[in-house]
Amino acid sequence: MSTAITATGQAAPQAQTQAASRSSALVKLSLTELKLLSRERVRMALPIAIPLLLILILGNIGSLRVPRAVYGGESFIDLYTTIMVVFGLALLALTNMPMIVADYRERGVLRRLQTTPIGPVRVLAAQLVADLTVAVFMVIAILAVARIAFAVPLPRQPGAFIVTALLAAGALLGAGLLVAAVAPTGRVARGIGGVLFYAMMFFAGLWLPIPNMPAVLQHISHGTPLGAAVPALTLAAEGSWPTALQLGTMAGWAVALGLAAARFFRWE
Amino acid sequence: MSPVIEVRQLHKRYGDTVAVDDISFAVAEGEIFGILGPNGAGKTTTVECIEGLRNPDGGTVSVLGLDPRHQRDELTQRLGVQLQDSQLPDKLRVDEALDLYSSFYRNPADWRSLIDLLGLGAKTKTRFGKLSGGQKQRLSIALALVGTPQIAILDELTTGLDPAARHDTWDLIEGVRDRGVTIVLVTHFMEEAERLCDRVALIDSGRVVAIDTPANLAEGVDAEQRIQFRPSAPLPHNLLESLPDVTNVIYRGDVVVVTGNSNALNAVTSALARNQIVARQLRVDQANLEDAFLALTGHHAPEKQGA
Repeated sequence: MSTAITATGQAAPQAQTQAASRSSALVKLSLTELKLLSRERVRMALPIAIPLLLILILGNIGSLRVPRAVYGGESFIDLYTTIMVVFGLALLALTNMPMIVADYRERGVLRRLQTTPIGPVRVLAAQLVADLTVAVFMVIAILAVARIAFAVPLPRQPGAFIVTALLAAGALLGAGLLVAAVAPTGRVARGIGGVLFYAMMFFAGLWLPIPNMPAVLQHISHGTPLGAAVPALTLAAEGSWPTALQLGTMAGWAVALGLAAARFFRWE
Repeated sequence: MSPVIEVRQLHKRYGDTVAVDDISFAVAEGEIFGILGPNGAGKTTTVECIEGLRNPDGGTVSVLGLDPRHQRDELTQRLGVQLQDSQLPDKLRVDEALDLYSSFYRNPADWRSLIDLLGLGAKTKTRFGKLSGGQKQRLSIALALVGTPQIAILDELTTGLDPAARHDTWDLIEGVRDRGVTIVLVTHFMEEAERLCDRVALIDSGRVVAIDTPANLAEGVDAEQRIQFRPSAPLPHNLLESLPDVTNVIYRGDVVVVTGNSNALNAVTSALARNQIVARQLRVDQANLEDAFLALTGHHAPEKQGA
């Protein structure tokens, strides 16, 4: 009881210990966010369960498992697994995460954090770390289910697949963070996130595969984060490295959206 | 001693609404300084400018020699804040919240001893969403103190607490002050200000009406004292009526009610003593902070019994 509160501020902290405490605060905040996510079972089950369910349903349709020339000798389900990876990432980043942050804002959780030395960058970074961790588990689950249930081959170029998936997740989470940063309420966040989700998934070729799009749409598509991500992941799954343009597009989006999120972040 | 908080001619408006018109005060190191006023008087806006959460439209604010708006890194390390209505994630446990918040500070308090200090020991593993209002409030105070701040700003500290919890909290705050923490207490609750504060700023409609100790504020009110007692023997005729400090004497059965100025009690008790009369069941109603508030602002105290 005697040690709890004393007037302080005399000890000049070393720059080193300050840097260490800054990063340990980030680690702790990220772990806390991850813990909280794991306690939101219903909320977190959706972005993971939906892609898995879609794969299970479509994979049971025999004709979709037959390799076809249109798909470069792959079967529909092979390609679809890649799209589902992107789909799951997008659900997580564009619908779940912005709602959580906007909810924090509405309830004054962010306001309380604002009075501490933590700062907006680390608050957003912790969200990013927690969601990336969930994303890794989700991607592994999708690939494993597709592999075990329908013999969809695992990515033949795993390194390229990991890098691409991380960049895609980065770009999506950047977009999600920006929505989270500016949306005043959870409801608005869900609205904006939903629109973004459908727009991005359209350009990813969820409904109309990119190669079947008119030329103009194809060009636009390649400039969007997911329009770059799906072909890049497909290349990696088939065994080659994505193009520098595809990787650069995703990285560019990730950085630009992340910076914008930090810039426009509002505590209340 | 130079003040730890200095607010000069603070002005803040939201659109056309003036929240703070012109507020100036200084808080000395180690005191409990109360900001007292009705709802909407500008109390919260004032402390939010001190906390650096809002940008003043005019005037200057200096906290520990820092600019709250632009030296946030340093300020937030040294200023602990309890906000009026802010929450934690429902599924965050008490121990996790304190452990997390203590990691934000370069010189954190031992949060386990804070848990004991605030009587949350049995609730360590409880999630925030499952805490009672009083427990949430106590956790909120613990979080304000976990960074070992030099100054703690507590906004509506005991609102929503039952009387027992309120008194416990007051004791706690005095304990915190005794450890050298300067405390700014925002309240609309007279008894709280009277009990805790070394000095009080009365704020009304965005302006400071008065700054003084609660006792001085009450004394400044020219209210009459009302003394009531049962004399042990009949009073000699005109004994009390002849005292210059007494303005009126009423006999109600065997009870005597005397009104007079602030010296009346002295005069009455010495007069009784001279006649070897004992005043039984003596009761004195004195002007208090609430009367001062009424006299200075022209309207009733915000809430007699607190929320």
